[in-house]
Amino acid sequence: MVNLAFSIGDLHFKNPVLTASGTFGNGSEFDDFLDVSRLGGIVLKGTTLEPREGNLYPRMAETPSGMLNAVGLQNKGIDYFEKFIYPRILNYNTNIIVNINGSYIEDYIALAERINRLEKISAIELNISCPNVKMGGMAFGTNLASAREVTREVRSVYSKKLIVKLSPNVTNIVDFARVVEEEGADSISLINTLLGMAVDVVNMKPSLSTVTGGLSGPAIKPVALRMVWQVANAVKIPVIGMGGIMSASDALEFLLAGASAVQIGTASFIDPQASVKILEGIENYLIKKGFSDLKEIVGYINRDN
Amino acid sequence: MAKRIEDLKIIGNKRLNNDFFILELSGNTKIPDFKPGQFAQVRVDGSPETFLRRPISIHDVDYEKNTFKLLIQIAGKGTKTLAELGNGDILNLIYPLGNSFSLPSENEKVLLVGGGCGIAPLLFLARYLKSNGNVPDILLGFRNSERIIEFEEYLKIGTVFITTEDGSMGEKGYVTSHSVFSTRQYNRICCCGPDTMMKAIATYCKNRNIVCEVSLENLMACGIGACLCCIIDTVKGNLCTCTDGPVFNVNDLKW
Repeated sequence: MVNLAFSIGDLHFKNPVLTASGTFGNGSEFDDFLDVSRLGGIVLKGTTLEPREGNLYPRMAETPSGMLNAVGLQNKGIDYFEKFIYPRILNYNTNIIVNINGSYIEDYIALAERINRLEKISAIELNISCPNVKMGGMAFGTNLASAREVTREVRSVYSKKLIVKLSPNVTNIVDFARVVEEEGADSISLINTLLGMAVDVVNMKPSLSTVTGGLSGPAIKPVALRMVWQVANAVKIPVIGMGGIMSASDALEFLLAGASAVQIGTASFIDPQASVKILEGIENYLIKKGFSDLKEIVGYINRDN
Repeated sequence: MAKRIEDLKIIGNKRLNNDFFILELSGNTKIPDFKPGQFAQVRVDGSPETFLRRPISIHDVDYEKNTFKLLIQIAGKGTKTLAELGNGDILNLIYPLGNSFSLPSENEKVLLVGGGCGIAPLLFLARYLKSNGNVPDILLGFRNSERIIEFEEYLKIGTVFITTEDGSMGEKGYVTSHSVFSTRQYNRICCCGPDTMMKAIATYCKNRNIVCEVSLENLMACGIGACLCCIIDTVKGNLCTCTDGPVFNVNDLKW
């Protein structure tokens, strides 16, 4: 038996495979394909205080080894979430994490207060890295003072586990990791999408209605891995790595580089069973390599072995 | 109906012309009860440039043989790769996806209108309607006679009208100008094709109180309602083409 568990403080995760916000709906979209309760956790679609219609179509473009999206945080708001989505996730036997977004610090605070009252939600992922909204989002995650302030304010009202999701669209991501750790984040997840764009040559116009969008998929994996490695070596809190993970081998790269857990994102669009296949692959790897505990390989490449 | 992800064996790849081909797939287990208008998300292997699945309409279903067909237009690298597959090759599908055309009552007069690749979901729809006691008329539009596909298949089901842009077969022009609209009366029109065609048909129907359903082909990533990329602006707000559609009543669209 291999011990796959990891924890953020006293919050226990049965295994290190989570699904990334915005790529797994609210879980139920995947019920036909896998048992969601097998996963270490799921991070629900980004939620805002008020409903948001998101950006205009087209909001997706396929690119080599990846895709651009400019969904723009389409969601029905926290009232709808509490009434209709929350009751549906109660039966999942796994950690449910809500990804929260806002245009103003006050939005984040109000959301955190509301979610703090929802018993089944074990953590929030503070999204200060969405590149597809005009206000807020990445603006908080690309300015050190803003990142510090929003983390501090949310920390002051939220009593459960606080994960801060970082943007890769900065000069030095380690500075941001240190700041959110100082302000009381329990964990850091990274990376959100990389700002990119594509042009439709046939029609001679931008491929996305917003011109720019967030790049995800294996195209960004080397960048994500480098940043996860840098951050894991700079902070003491657990790091959740993501960015282009398509296979168990990809996930293991992040774990060996120092991530305590991983999130599976775009891979779920191509293979809705990707997350559980990756989980099985990690377990098989540990058995084959003769390890009995996941912790033995987390950050393995950073040690004098 | 539960969605599946499966590796299916190709038992036929029939090239229709330069642009179109039909893949016939054999079910591993009993194929699902498809509804007309549904589609599959087809995985394309072999190139980093075909990263996402391709949404392809269910063209025809044979429950006795336990097979179904996908009619595919070669539009880019992904569909070109699919065109090169042969008997025995394996295709990974997520299916059946999406809603369906709604079933008319028996006394309704129904017209199916398809343009180009838009004819793909209409064959199964026509068969489905006929088996439910309602034989539809079928109007198909093509650029020229050489590009006409699946004509004989449709002929087996009902009356078929053709338009070609150059007049090389049927009436000259677009489907929207075909004389059937002035000579016959319909209660319901089901339509799939280019946006401009569907919008023209939608306007025609709205002005005459004819029920009109269209099948949309928005760009999509996941196909199961998770990514929210394939949205269409409707009177009910943004809806997913993949799960709320691909078939929409035109009264719900902001056309």
